[in-house]
Amino acid sequence: MRAIPYIVQKEFLQIFRHRIMLPLIFVMPVLQLLVLSFAADYEVDNLRLHINDLDRSQASRQLVGHFQASPHFTLTGNGAGGAGQIHRGEADLLLEIPLGFNRSLAKGNRAEVQVAADAINGVQAGLAQAYANAIVQSFSRQFSGPTRGLLSIETANWYNPGQDYQTFMVPGILVILVTLVGMFLSGMNIVKEKEIGTIEQINVSPIGKGAFIVGKLLPFWLIGMAELSIGLIAGRLVFGLPLAGSLAIIFVFAGLYLFVVLGFGLLISTFTETQQQAMFLAWFFLIIFILMSGLFTPIESMPPWAQALTKGNPVAYFVDVMRLVLLKGSGWQDVQPHFGVMAVYAGAVNTLAVLNYQKTN
Amino acid sequence: MIKPLLVFIRKEAFHILRDRRTLIILLGMPAVLVLLFGFAISNEIREAGFAVLDQARNEPSRQLTDRFRASPYFTMQEGVQTQAAMEAAFRKGSLKLALVIPPGYGEPPVSLQLVTDATDPNTATTLSNYASAIIRQEWAGRATGQQASALVEVKPLMLYNRELKSVFLFVPGVMTVILMLVSAMMTSIAITREKELGTMEVLLVSPLPPALIIVGKVIPYILLALANTGVILWLGTAVFDMPMRGSYLLLWASALLFVGTALSLGILISTRTSSQQVAMLFSLMVLMLPTILLSGFIFPIASMPLPLQVISNAIPAKWFIIILKDIMLKGGGLSLIWQESLILLGMTTFFIALSVRSFKTRLA
Amino acid sequence: MQNSPQSPIIEASKLTKQFGAFTAVDAISFEVERGEIFGFLGANGAGKTTAMRMLTGLSRPTSGQARVAGIDVAAHPEKVKQRIGYMSQKFSLYEDLTVMENIRFYGGIYGLPRKQARQAGSQLIEQLGMEAFARKQVSGIPLGWRQKLSFSIALLHQPDVVFLDEPTGGVDPVTRRQFWEMIYQAAETGTTVFVTTHYMDEAEYCGRVSIMVDGQIAALDTPDRLKSEFQAANMHEVFLQLTRPKP
Repeated sequence: MRAIPYIVQKEFLQIFRHRIMLPLIFVMPVLQLLVLSFAADYEVDNLRLHINDLDRSQASRQLVGHFQASPHFTLTGNGAGGAGQIHRGEADLLLEIPLGFNRSLAKGNRAEVQVAADAINGVQAGLAQAYANAIVQSFSRQFSGPTRGLLSIETANWYNPGQDYQTFMVPGILVILVTLVGMFLSGMNIVKEKEIGTIEQINVSPIGKGAFIVGKLLPFWLIGMAELSIGLIAGRLVFGLPLAGSLAIIFVFAGLYLFVVLGFGLLISTFTETQQQAMFLAWFFLIIFILMSGLFTPIESMPPWAQALTKGNPVAYFVDVMRLVLLKGSGWQDVQPHFGVMAVYAGAVNTLAVLNYQKTN
Repeated sequence: MIKPLLVFIRKEAFHILRDRRTLIILLGMPAVLVLLFGFAISNEIREAGFAVLDQARNEPSRQLTDRFRASPYFTMQEGVQTQAAMEAAFRKGSLKLALVIPPGYGEPPVSLQLVTDATDPNTATTLSNYASAIIRQEWAGRATGQQASALVEVKPLMLYNRELKSVFLFVPGVMTVILMLVSAMMTSIAITREKELGTMEVLLVSPLPPALIIVGKVIPYILLALANTGVILWLGTAVFDMPMRGSYLLLWASALLFVGTALSLGILISTRTSSQQVAMLFSLMVLMLPTILLSGFIFPIASMPLPLQVISNAIPAKWFIIILKDIMLKGGGLSLIWQESLILLGMTTFFIALSVRSFKTRLA
Repeated sequence: MQNSPQSPIIEASKLTKQFGAFTAVDAISFEVERGEIFGFLGANGAGKTTAMRMLTGLSRPTSGQARVAGIDVAAHPEKVKQRIGYMSQKFSLYEDLTVMENIRFYGGIYGLPRKQARQAGSQLIEQLGMEAFARKQVSGIPLGWRQKLSFSIALLHQPDVVFLDEPTGGVDPVTRRQFWEMIYQAAETGTTVFVTTHYMDEAEYCGRVSIMVDGQIAALDTPDRLKSEFQAANMHEVFLQLTRPKP
């Protein structure tokens, strides 16, 4: 056990010997956090809209005005030729107001407008249609409907009244960055010593397997915790990330979670012979973990078998805990199951890593 | 000159082939990704946790509640009936939407409240839209004899993708990510590895010119990348009905061009670093994440703030995704994609020029 | 169950290692006395390194037994490791650490107290005359110096036996000479040296020499007696006679 501080010291020396590692580990992720959190936004503004107003009446001009006033749309043209624009990728949406639009409305009949969207990006098209729908509905309200004034539905958006998408994404992206750095650094670590040959020198020494693994884990654990702290501060300063719950829960959970991630990385490291192998194995698991974590798409929208799979995904737990505690202020009791699963996971993965690390073959 | 090159390519191919584990991962990863995106990941929400705080407890309120029970979008949490229980369920994350029915509900004018868990604003918006629609339906049925819907109807037309299938987005996306992974990341690490182990020096003193050594090293990876392209293309069209309206020749040529861009990036990285870990972290931070997030694969570029939209132009993946969509979905020919192709070609030239320059300064 | 000073420090009996159908080491038996410089010779692939890896506890024997410092290696590999030093054929130093950092690290994992490790480190650097290199990364110092440093580090925890796997490969003659002086010094202080080598002139420096052929020990004696037995002028001829394919 006395040997542990020496291993920790040596790992730190080696990690930061390459001058570029310091910025790669601490500056790049924060930069990524800022950039990606802005990018990861499903709200669409400035959709390019082409309008073909065949009616050219007072009502149709009024409808066009409604569209012009919306922040979601930018008018790129009016008249025929919208289909070509969409084909060339110059417009996202085409609104066609048919001849006789005004007349139908004046008679109190129903009228129809057509919205054609470039739907290759299904998400964007769906949103565009929803925005258009809302504008048309609000336009048509002046012509009165049957339930007008009788039914009112009010929506209260809890925990995020401004429906700010970034406060939703920042905690999740932070989890991903901490996971990426931790998993790759630890995953390539032991295998690097194997590749260079220094592992032999360790293996003929009397150092215990457990002490060796712990000594390897600690440096990355500290780096991971530092990374998380920096990320949280950056998120707070730039995005005004709320802190509804207790920071202690976040850090205790992160500490536990990092043992899972790093143990997983070391396990990969003991399984592989080259750093390249280790990296690809880590990639394989990470990409599945990330995609199935509920970060980009809600877990609720997965089929039951996939939802069951997420129960074994450590990333999903941490993303969930971050959002629950930071945004909703959930307490110890609310996230107790998460802690339980993580503790079992950490124990299992690290035991496996120690067992699989063979000093004698 | 050709013979030593062939020998060299064979050596590199052996490296790859002998490493079964990596090979399985490299060939299996695209398949797993396509299947995950095709079967597991979607934005469509079903069976979201839902609760009713019924303060009226009369016949109309029960009717409304039953309507929600029947909806495939919601799963009723019968246990949640008080304000306190609702708050606890929200905090635990099991509840996404709650409907509050006020006392005396039933006689117009009626006012109802929906409470959403807006931590995820998109899910919240979608769910409250679903719920509003259900409530309106209920009331349209009750407003006897009257026309229920609004006066002006929107007739939507989804061009190129009538059912808004996500396959149209993820097949080009997965292909791009995999090609980037194999071509850029893998090559940069393979070359740095030789530097780290000291074998690069041995190769450099051989009679082969350095450029040829690099070419020899990357050719097996090109083949691997193209094999991956084939797998993804086959899965996308055969299993997920991704249409292929354009020319296969053009598609493969474009894939080759993009592989070239990615390779030149990988080579550039390897000329600048001497440790595999640095190469890996650098590829990860500078190539992979932006490729996934800034290319329009997962998040629409149109929704990004302007500075990011500008930055996205520097991401090769963005252009390749546009090319793929143009060829596969719009059936476009060279006339439609020549600009994007030219951009990729320009980027490739630029990266190669930079690599050559830093390679020379290192030797000097 | 420590062995008495008289009993051999290394005892191998019928030590065997098989990799599938291939027998790398075929039931070898020998003993090495305390304080001896024992040369372990053989052509490439004769099984030298495999045998050494079994003696150091890096590799588990398929059958047979090895005792080092009176301890059964296969049964208690970790106990043995306290008592031995090892210098592997591949680089055993971290190239991206400085000389001083390497010494401190290895001192640490052998459980030397921090103060003692630091003292031993500066003493070692002084002995080797490496003051100029102390704060330099190992990747930047010449191979000969690196090998001398590796050897000194293998001796840092004062082991009973030190195993050297081709320590002078690729090193210039002058440095090789110096290296052997270090080996003699170590032997004088009572450390047993178990060394494999390619160079037949080095075999002459050993107290006793064993020559392995195809996984078996073909000859084992002092260099002088081997030379007279094979009627050879030097060890090189002895080696050639033994390893040349039989007619």
